Amino acid sequence: MINMQQRQTQLEQLVDDLLSEAKRQGATAAEAGVSSDAGLSLTVRMGAPETIEHTRDNGLGVTVYFGQRKGSASTSDFSPQAIKETVEAACNFARYTSEDPCAGLADAGLMATELPNLDLYHPWDLAVDEAIELATRCETAARDEDERIFNSEGATLNSHSGLHVYGNTHGFIGGYPSSHHSLSCAVVGKEGENMQRDYWYTLSRLSGEMELPELVGKVAAQRTVSRLGSRRITTQQAPVIFQADVAVGLLRSFIGAIRGSALYRKASFLLDSLDDQVFPGFVNIHEEPHLLRGLASAAYDNEGVATTQWDYISDGILQSYVLDSYAARKLGMQTTGNAGGVRNLRINSGALDLQGLLKKMDSGLLVTELMGQGLNMVTGDYSRGAAGFWVENGEIQYPVEEITIAGNLREMFMGLQEVGTDVETRSSVQTGSWLIDRMMIAGG
Amino acid sequence: MSDLIQIAQDTILAPVGLIETDLDRMLGELTSSAIDAADIYFQSSRLESWVLEDGIIKEGSYSIEQGAGIRAISGDKTGFAYSDELQLPTLLEAAKAARAITRSGAERSVQITGLPTPRQLYAPINPLPSLTETDKVDLLRRVDAEARKQDPRVRQVIVSLVGAQDVVLVAAIDGTLNADVRPLVRLNVHVIAEQNGRREQGSSGGGARKAFDFFLQEERALGYAREAVRQALVNLDAIEAPAGTMPVVLGPGWPGVLLHEAVGHGLEGDFNRKGTSAFSGRLGEQVASSCCTVVDDGTLPGRRGSLNVDDEGTESQCTVLIENGILKGYMQDKHNARLMKVDSTGNGRRESYAHLPMPRMTNTYMLAGESDPEEILSSVEKGLYAVNFGGGQVDITSGQFVFSASEAYLIENGKVTRPVKGATLIGNGPETMTKVSMVGSDLKLDAGVGVCGKEGQSVPVGVGQPTLKIDELTVGGTGQ
Repeated sequence: MINMQQRQTQLEQLVDDLLSEAKRQGATAAEAGVSSDAGLSLTVRMGAPETIEHTRDNGLGVTVYFGQRKGSASTSDFSPQAIKETVEAACNFARYTSEDPCAGLADAGLMATELPNLDLYHPWDLAVDEAIELATRCETAARDEDERIFNSEGATLNSHSGLHVYGNTHGFIGGYPSSHHSLSCAVVGKEGENMQRDYWYTLSRLSGEMELPELVGKVAAQRTVSRLGSRRITTQQAPVIFQADVAVGLLRSFIGAIRGSALYRKASFLLDSLDDQVFPGFVNIHEEPHLLRGLASAAYDNEGVATTQWDYISDGILQSYVLDSYAARKLGMQTTGNAGGVRNLRINSGALDLQGLLKKMDSGLLVTELMGQGLNMVTGDYSRGAAGFWVENGEIQYPVEEITIAGNLREMFMGLQEVGTDVETRSSVQTGSWLIDRMMIAGG
Repeated sequence: MSDLIQIAQDTILAPVGLIETDLDRMLGELTSSAIDAADIYFQSSRLESWVLEDGIIKEGSYSIEQGAGIRAISGDKTGFAYSDELQLPTLLEAAKAARAITRSGAERSVQITGLPTPRQLYAPINPLPSLTETDKVDLLRRVDAEARKQDPRVRQVIVSLVGAQDVVLVAAIDGTLNADVRPLVRLNVHVIAEQNGRREQGSSGGGARKAFDFFLQEERALGYAREAVRQALVNLDAIEAPAGTMPVVLGPGWPGVLLHEAVGHGLEGDFNRKGTSAFSGRLGEQVASSCCTVVDDGTLPGRRGSLNVDDEGTESQCTVLIENGILKGYMQDKHNARLMKVDSTGNGRRESYAHLPMPRMTNTYMLAGESDPEEILSSVEKGLYAVNFGGGQVDITSGQFVFSASEAYLIENGKVTRPVKGATLIGNGPETMTKVSMVGSDLKLDAGVGVCGKEGQSVPVGVGQPTLKIDELTVGGTGQ
């Protein structure tokens, strides 16, 4: 296996070749990205290996500009012939796209000049037999946890390492290797006629920081068993707690609503909300792109723009949108270095853990799973399938399913009562559980 | 030799200098006494997409992908490796990695057997050059203009046009050698309308395994524009959707996403072999009301979900899943069929060479019944009439499924009255299907924009149904 430093030099050369070819074919500006990723993905089910996949993915993409017109092309083929043809295809498209005053590279002055090592690369020298053993330990722990666990979808171990290099004709070029490893487990339980499945997983850039396989299996089994005997509840209004792993989705929806592309298309319920109160005064939402080993850390964004710490919500007030340079130009603003999305977002927690939140809610619904895509970003109308637990006197009473919860995200954000200390750390968007004052629950 | 195999060999193998004896060598590498099944899947695909936004052609992009996936199966163990470099040494190495799941045994030789019968559910064309770039751009502009001229309240129009050609070649140690050349085009229109500060959206689109001129015929593309605007305007007047359990009437066509979620996934062979589906072990049982007959049909000419052969080289077919309410069959790929000792139903599909095949739907729909759609609506005193949907999702183990209405109306005293906001509907698959009490005579298939996701793999699919009535379904609105 060739080392990463050599591979990075090769990919940088490829980017350079793409940009030179673009200029040779008459482009006034161009940008290119190349990635190469390899790994192992393996599933053990009912105590035996089920699938062993060796993955190896390559991709390159180029965008060319002829003045204000733009064209793009991509391929998985790294041969010199393919590079020439890919650039040709991009240039051909640029003949037919329109003059767009907002099109173009990000401004040269914004390019990242310092590229600190963010410690994202920790390859795991994992033999197939060892991987099988880890997944087996995980699944066995799940199957042994409770006699009601009678079937399994297996335990899956993924370990991947890759390189990504980006460059543009401002002279910017950056690249870095990264790794990610995960172990997940899903099992099926039965009680009478009722059958339920649930899962758990651990995820990290560094294999040593993953949860132990036995713990992942045990939690998967406990989550599955806790759902057995789920029933419906009657249609009513009630307070709702979104457990941290599903609250992540609410925070992502907030980010989706302040993303530049949704705003200039007028496709957001938070249109023209800058400097408005969007959350209660205790809420702060902050982005930290340079966290060491962070799941979404990067020193520069997908346009080469330097990333920086950023506050989106301070004391409940919307401080900034999430912008790349195109959306920024459309809105007459400056890019926030977020081409490709937000990097390590966090909402501040209060003082209560999940138990504390249940006590504070007293009576209501704890949501642990959401189903479907029932969110209208234009209006904020929210209606999704849900499963979880009914809570009375601050204590979980019984599992519930086949219900929906509905509201409007604008009101749900303002109705946020408390964010838990039980932060979901397996995501680039991190939050504790959310207690929301009131939602409509539809059931039997 | 079939034309499709010839095209596939010319497109994929010839440019990289691979010949048929190389296939034999690779298959030979995969055979041993411990291997029950193995295949090599070559794919070459090209895709282009265009986006119009704010009245200008904002984006045009092209991608070309090719590679091979190599799979070896021993018992219920699968080894898999793939490569985007189609060079013999690389492929032989991938074959070695795939078969490493078993201890090696004696090699066997592979004989490519019976030649497939030629079949053409769609022409083996590349749709990309079927219109000139100028004509594609012109089409997008006309769709934009059509949407904007419908109503001054239209504020934003986004039109996207996608064309793709997928050439696949499958060789397996069971003697299979088959190929397919699959064209696919799609056009989508998304509209935002505004009235007194309130904004709402509407969207429409269609597609097929045809050339781009599909959109020019019968003013289809312009029709999508008018339909997207109509939906957005309807939603401008929508009131809160009701919350609770009530009778629901689903319109014909795309609302067939109900079947895809409520029964389709639960009848895929892998879940039933493993016993993790709410439908597991229920063949021959009543799982739906007697007015329900549901099929998965990959043989409809030109449809988005259709396939001449699946990604394992098996001819697609029309599989009866539920007949008059009785569970008749599962959808199978070769691997799960072999383990369940049945035949593949031609439902082995994969997103690409870099993914393992599994049982997937093609075009899933309910056959027409006898009721007049008007009569179905007039039978409901108070309920919901849902005619357009976004996506859905299912938990195949508990049977819970959801699908989200994007255009719906109240039914009051047998009459369709006011439009209501989008809402998620939730039910339990096997239970909900027993509550289908009326099935209309108006079977309609969707317009051809469906994408199904399973275990991270996306494939194009179709759905369809006649108007139907479900006596009780939970509607997730905000109204009391």
